[in-house]
Amino acid sequence: MARAATTSDVFNALAEPKRRQLVDLLASGERSVTDLVRLLELTQPAVSKHLRVLRDVGIVHVRDDGRQRLYRLDPLSLRPIHDWVAPYQHLWNRRFEALDNVLDELQRQEERDDGSE
Amino acid sequence: MTAASEGKTATVTLPSDRQILITREFDAPAHLVFKAFTTPELVGRWWSADMGETTLVAIDLRVGGAWRYVMVTHDGVEVAFHGEYLEVVPNERLVSTEVYENLPPDVPQETAVNTATFTEENGRTILTILVTHSTREHRDGHLKSGMEGGLQKALHLLESVARGLA
Repeated sequence: MARAATTSDVFNALAEPKRRQLVDLLASGERSVTDLVRLLELTQPAVSKHLRVLRDVGIVHVRDDGRQRLYRLDPLSLRPIHDWVAPYQHLWNRRFEALDNVLDELQRQEERDDGSE
Repeated sequence: MTAASEGKTATVTLPSDRQILITREFDAPAHLVFKAFTTPELVGRWWSADMGETTLVAIDLRVGGAWRYVMVTHDGVEVAFHGEYLEVVPNERLVSTEVYENLPPDVPQETAVNTATFTEENGRTILTILVTHSTREHRDGHLKSGMEGGLQKALHLLESVARGLA
């Protein structure tokens, strides 16, 4: 499948490692552009460009606070990615629940063996 | 979600374009988790979970040794994986290649590398499985294969993710 333009959806927007880093930084709360420039060690125009891509697909929202522009994450925008990973996670959960039962049995067996020595 | 149930839920993250990372805590020491991962009879009891029946588990646990797992799903489809062990550190670390044998013929075949680490803390074990594919396309295909399980828990999980980020 051909890859769509970077700005078309959240998957493509987050394919860029620096933009994933931006999302990580914003996960802990709202931050100013100045803050993000310092933390990412990129130039201000580069950071602004990445933020614009994230804004276009609704991953971040911006507001003006005096002289600062503050960016915040919209967690619900990541839902398509979450929905995509969730069934895979569910599969591993079912597998591990079965493994829990095996481990319980191994532990009981080990306790019995220790007791009989 | 309480702290106790959180440890019992596998988390899946995507550390890079080609990788999948699965993390889960177990209420058992590392040597038992390792044993359950490397003993054919035991693997046969958990690997297919409720998706089907495991029909073959072959494990030659040594560097260069081969492994192969086969499962028949409830709708009668045979699914098989095989690979080779690259690193075997008993009770701590297991690195192996993995080839999915049922890729459609028009998809280039590939070999992924799985790195499992078993970290014991106070009698409990944190298991991490890092799956590294050769391309983003193969990684994405691997994730999509889990879709068969349905989306029933997605909304519930989404809530916890959203709460964590808020």
